Amino acid sequence: MILVENLKKSFGSHQVLDDVNFEIQAGESVVIIGRSGGGKSVLLKHLIGLLKPDSGSVKVSGENIVPMNERELLRIRHRFGMLFQGAALFDSMTVAENVGFAFRRDPSISEKEIAQRVAEVLDMVDLPGVENKKPSELSGGMRKRVGLARAIIYRPEIVLYDEPTTGLDPIVSDSIDQLILRVRDRLNVTTVVVTHDMRSTRRVGQRILMLHDQKIYATGTPEEIFNSRDPIVKRFVEGVSDPKELYF
Amino acid sequence: MYFRGKAFISDALEGLGRIALLARDTFASLMTLKVAWKDLVYQIYFVGIKSQSVVLITGAFTGMVLGAQTYFQFHKVKMDTATLAVVSVSMCSELGPVLTGLMVAGRVGAAIAAELGTMRVTEQIDALRTLATHPVDYLVVPRLLALHIALPILTAESIAIGIYASHLVGTHLLGIDPVYSWHNMVAYTDGSDVVVGMVKALAFGGIVGLVGCYKGMNCGEGAEGVGRATTEAVVYSSISILILNFFLTLSLGQLLEML
Repeated sequence: MILVENLKKSFGSHQVLDDVNFEIQAGESVVIIGRSGGGKSVLLKHLIGLLKPDSGSVKVSGENIVPMNERELLRIRHRFGMLFQGAALFDSMTVAENVGFAFRRDPSISEKEIAQRVAEVLDMVDLPGVENKKPSELSGGMRKRVGLARAIIYRPEIVLYDEPTTGLDPIVSDSIDQLILRVRDRLNVTTVVVTHDMRSTRRVGQRILMLHDQKIYATGTPEEIFNSRDPIVKRFVEGVSDPKELYF
Repeated sequence: MYFRGKAFISDALEGLGRIALLARDTFASLMTLKVAWKDLVYQIYFVGIKSQSVVLITGAFTGMVLGAQTYFQFHKVKMDTATLAVVSVSMCSELGPVLTGLMVAGRVGAAIAAELGTMRVTEQIDALRTLATHPVDYLVVPRLLALHIALPILTAESIAIGIYASHLVGTHLLGIDPVYSWHNMVAYTDGSDVVVGMVKALAFGGIVGLVGCYKGMNCGEGAEGVGRATTEAVVYSSISILILNFFLTLSLGQLLEML
């Protein structure tokens, strides 16, 4: 469904991605792991055309989205939903306006129908009755749920999650993981999660890609990755720092 | 020093190119006629209604000061009743549009850059794009249209209040004959002066909108980036207004002479 070939990206002189190759099948649940600042979010943004690579291609159902302009990309983006790290809710709007945003400019859908779809999707993310609240009145976990509701309201085929559990306590993180699985199973979507939360990785991933040194360093099932004997993979999944490396 | 100068010129040309591309995208979006009317009405309210006090105070006091200064000079050569005519022509073709443009650049241009800049750093603009919404359609078009509609109206208000305030000061404080003064103003103020003022207001509205939106949507990271974008939006649009005003005065003057 998504095919990434020879993807390279740099910001100025800083190379972030170098010859990245992988494929994601329809209905698959893939987790991309890697160090903070290692280019995971940059990679995720390439999948939906928010960033343009220096070279390489990103094919969605066989269609290369790299040469497309912003207007051509709108058609492709109808197939995607994305949950941002900070939820990226429109702070001037209520929860209902945020969640129903995708339908606001579609004259073929009535206000009543939008309200019904908003209520339905808020119920799916366990947040019924918050339609009239502003994003500033919500906790971090609630904001992520609203962001997810907004991403799935138009039933996308692919949902991208950018660090969905970062900054949340373990209990809320677990509930977000359950939600990711629920959305995947109920809507039958392809799921791509970027995270460095190993508990979350184990829970939601069917396949794991590890980004290291600007490349896909390792790939495998959660069992293969978590039982890997490769020192770099092992150190990352166990959260052990390298004494030779300076972190601060 | 040489490399700094070269980098500055290169950055400036790149910025101009990007603004031209934004203008092209905005025009293309306008041609689809899919304007978000609700957002447009809100932006007209924000630009037009909320700028009333700033524009009216600026217009009134500029008219009063210009009237008093002109009177002090003209009084020496016994041309007191020509004061209002000078004020009227100046307000219509120069001071009205330029000062209104500068005040709106300070109030609205800064607000646009800060709002869009904050949306950019909090990934709200990226979120818009993932929701299959073009940021130009949703963010730029309503703001630019609102400025094109509101700025000429604000300019007309500023001109009217400036002339009226000058008339009040002249007749009540400085003792100018009200009838001759008014007669001279009507005789020497041409319709073309008003047309020039309105054309300038329209052009300045475009500058404030485009520069504000461009700076906001391309701002740097964090609070510092938003702050810098806001400052640059005001500075660049103010300078552009002053420079464009000179060229519009020359070209429109010659064009109207030919007609």
